[in-house]
Amino acid sequence: MVHWTAEEKQLITSVWGKVDVAECGAEALARLLIVYPWTQRFFDNFGNLSSATAIVGNPKVRAHGKKVLTSFGDAIKNLDNLKGTYSKLSELHCEKLHVDPENFRLLGDILIIVLAAHFGKDFTPTCQATWQKLVGVVAHALARNYH
Amino acid sequence: MLTAEDKKLVQQVWGKVCGAEEEIGADALWRMFHSYPATKTYFPHFDTTKCSDQIHGHGKKVMAALTNAVKNIDNLRQALSELSNLHAYNLRVDPPCFSLQFLSLCLQVTLATRLGKDYTPETHSALDKFMSAVATTLAEKYR
Repeated sequence: MVHWTAEEKQLITSVWGKVDVAECGAEALARLLIVYPWTQRFFDNFGNLSSATAIVGNPKVRAHGKKVLTSFGDAIKNLDNLKGTYSKLSELHCEKLHVDPENFRLLGDILIIVLAAHFGKDFTPTCQATWQKLVGVVAHALARNYH
Repeated sequence: MLTAEDKKLVQQVWGKVCGAEEEIGADALWRMFHSYPATKTYFPHFDTTKCSDQIHGHGKKVMAALTNAVKNIDNLRQALSELSNLHAYNLRVDPPCFSLQFLSLCLQVTLATRLGKDYTPETHSALDKFMSAVATTLAEKYR
């Protein structure tokens, strides 16, 4: 089980409290598809992904980004039981969606950059390290039930 | 592969941070040591308990090398040739999970905190590709 210090929990919840989940989620997913275009392979039915502008404005991307980040919020509410929280999602990503877990790491890194751009200097090195840890354990939990 | 547009975006970013290279380099390194403690193993001789003078000095050095790479973006191999030798034969920084990917992320975080909305998805993509090209070039001589 992952151990979180009181300071880490505080850094996570205080940042999360200021995050606009819909906007941030949309931006993170859009950037994933733009910066790592091969990830578009999972979204064939999303319509126009032909350019950065198209991706950013794509309503399916925005909606799915919100969904993904909302799920992230579940992790934050259940920091002491990520394994349980993500058990079904892990199976889903393996058995139905066939997503290489490396992509979870990529999305985690993208989220860090989105938060950095949004919070500026307030996204301190300590804050970044805590969130780096969080995205890492979320990625791990999502990959856990792969077989 | 870096497109002409990517190169332009990278050069634009560098233009925006001109004069703050040491601060940016130091911040990126400090973030890297914080988020990826394993990277400190390459700097046992540094005081990494705080953003020390050594970290500032090294940050400045790293950014100078990257600035040179940006100026010679059409010929990274030549621009980074000596550094490639250094990393392959002397420093032997682990190439497969080349710590450069961690430095790349942390440098991008530093730039994003400074540029905010100006760190657009297109800029983000260009920088990521550039740092990837730098890492590949540096790792070329490993074996």
